[in-house]
Amino acid sequence: MSKPVQARFNRRQTLQTMGLGLIASLPLLATGTRAQAANSDITFDELYGKVSVLGLEFSEKVKQLNGRKIAMRGFMAPPLKAEAQFFVLTEIPMSICPFCSTDSDWPDNIVVVYLGEKQTFTQPSQTIEVRGKLEMGSWTDPETGFVSLLRIRQAEYATV
Amino acid sequence: MRKILAALVATTVLAGAAQAAEVFPLDRATILSGSPFDFKVEFDAVVKPEDVKITVNGQDYKAALGGQVEFIAEEKNKDKVLGSAVILRGVTIANAGDYKVEVSAGSETRNVSWNVYGTPDQAKAKNVIFLIADGLSVAHRTAARIMSKGMTEGKANGRLNMDDVPPVAFIGTSATDAVATDSANTMSAYMTGHKTAVNAIGVYADRTPASLDDPKVENIAEALRRQTKKSIGIVSTSELQDATPAAVVAHTRKRGDKADINGMLFDVKPEVLLGGGSAYFLPQSTAGSKRKDDKDFIKLFQDAGYKLATSKGELATVAGDNDGKILGLFHTGNLDTTLDREFLKKGTVGKFPEQPGLVEMTKVALDTLSKNPEGFFLMVEAANVDKMSHPLDWDRAVVDTIEFDQAIGVAREFAAKNPDTLIVVTGDHTHGVSIIGTVDDEKPGTDMREKVGTYAEAGFPNYEDTNGDGYPDRVDVSRRLFLNANNGPDHYETFRPKLDGPFAPAIQNEKKEYVANEQYKDVPGAVFVPGIIPKSADSGVHAVDDVVLQAEGPGAEGFRGYMEQSDVYKGLAEAFALGAKQTN
Repeated sequence: MSKPVQARFNRRQTLQTMGLGLIASLPLLATGTRAQAANSDITFDELYGKVSVLGLEFSEKVKQLNGRKIAMRGFMAPPLKAEAQFFVLTEIPMSICPFCSTDSDWPDNIVVVYLGEKQTFTQPSQTIEVRGKLEMGSWTDPETGFVSLLRIRQAEYATV
Repeated sequence: MRKILAALVATTVLAGAAQAAEVFPLDRATILSGSPFDFKVEFDAVVKPEDVKITVNGQDYKAALGGQVEFIAEEKNKDKVLGSAVILRGVTIANAGDYKVEVSAGSETRNVSWNVYGTPDQAKAKNVIFLIADGLSVAHRTAARIMSKGMTEGKANGRLNMDDVPPVAFIGTSATDAVATDSANTMSAYMTGHKTAVNAIGVYADRTPASLDDPKVENIAEALRRQTKKSIGIVSTSELQDATPAAVVAHTRKRGDKADINGMLFDVKPEVLLGGGSAYFLPQSTAGSKRKDDKDFIKLFQDAGYKLATSKGELATVAGDNDGKILGLFHTGNLDTTLDREFLKKGTVGKFPEQPGLVEMTKVALDTLSKNPEGFFLMVEAANVDKMSHPLDWDRAVVDTIEFDQAIGVAREFAAKNPDTLIVVTGDHTHGVSIIGTVDDEKPGTDMREKVGTYAEAGFPNYEDTNGDGYPDRVDVSRRLFLNANNGPDHYETFRPKLDGPFAPAIQNEKKEYVANEQYKDVPGAVFVPGIIPKSADSGVHAVDDVVLQAEGPGAEGFRGYMEQSDVYKGLAEAFALGAKQTN
């Protein structure tokens, strides 16, 4: 098989060079009713500044938005337990079930969402936008033992 | 026939009434002489310790097996009392032969038989290279041959490396708890000589909920450490904690205990470890870690003398500069497929652009391990053959089969120069996949289903390999092989290779049912295929069909005809003379 002429695609580099363009294009994605500024939006691609075998590093943007109100789009993974206080936000709809089969793992770029008030769960194939306070750092859910590094607290969500 | 059946039913019923207790190792277990194992009896009732009577070939079990007796008055699952139990950890039987174990307490009795086997004193092979493609089925081989070499007038235009390794056995892969199977119990049977339950590795599956207390059996890495000074290597395109590589070293009822399995890797310290799964090496405070403690296994391995490589380039560097120990971690999770890594640059290749492939890893492992004059055991796993067969992504599964074949080529080249090397090539279980013909874009119309060619209409596919690297220049040729699974979740058949990334046939809804992924609905000509397995299944499942085992070199005669997966270990033990102490 011959290799593509194109240089190796490095998402991180591409993102860095495209950074300005991306931020500029974000308002186009925003819904009409949105009051927040575009720079409080964050995407899955913007979570990590460095991805390596020896660990991931949160991006400057995540560090800056830590503790602040943000909006983020993704997909709701099916709830851990019906009564769980949180759900997992993923970049793409879950095509594996990490809790059903003992060999399945969560992707490494997940965000745990704690809702301010109970909301009914939505179809996992439906894009949602979550708004709430971004929280960075390791935290273990006391009820389930689920460890997360990035959370959105006091959150609410709507389908997009 | 009718009379025999009636008699059988009668004895079975009687036996059922009398035999209540469970004994581990299970009835008909085969045990390497001198290999440590845990003995456990689970009584259905709560019994008094003084009422327990256990004999081994008529002799009291404490004297026959040795070890410390642990009596558990009440085993529990949460609040439910399960009964009493007797456990002896790490016992051994030195002499080969048949052993009858008779157990009784109160009204419960149970008799099981074990066969303890020895090995010749002299090893037949100095080195063993055990090459396994996870999920390798006959269709994967056929497709790899046609895609890689082509076919003219019904004859293959070339041979794969695996085509010249003699097929010697059909392997039964069923688990102790089900006719169906998974990579944990299958590889565990290969690596310990004991069959076990689905999801279990290096243990018999007991009834208590804890996953790390189940009765252990010795694995090949422990046997090699106990009896020889050989080196051990593990190479995989999966996480090193995944079931197949884990089964070389680990003991757990639950293959998902990956953080614990990583600790077991460190306990055994195979000299060469190359693969993915760095997330379980990192302390929980490091982003990307999947540990729930502060252990830094990168540092622990480095302190133990391992040279670390985290990219293709670093692997090449440490290959020429190490003290016989290499830890190569190239991904936080599983490595990407060959098709993504080398050609399409999809999957997670953007995040981890410097992953080596199975061929490079196998070469480095052989170079490093062969420096030990005592020899080595190397396990090489092509993990993505299975990982891409589950989501019905046949192009990725087949291209990884070609990569696996090239790793076999590296192993055969080594064996040609080092004839005291046994090579085993096999899968651990199969998938329900077959090739039924071709898909030909040139056929008239827009209905993709009508472009499927079967029988004479199939013709031959038009893959090309103009640069001679063994891989087709493109997988999306106009007339391509059509592979199909005999099972799966609801999904859309697109009749085309998935060039944008691995296929995700189904996604889960809020009722935890897997539904067809709408992302593929609008691919021109896509056809909805209803699933035929429970809606809880996210992907195609393993088949129960036999696996083909191939072997060449000294000790290859240990594999013949139909074999249970656990019998394969006996072949390995004989080749290495693991029944005999080889260290002084």
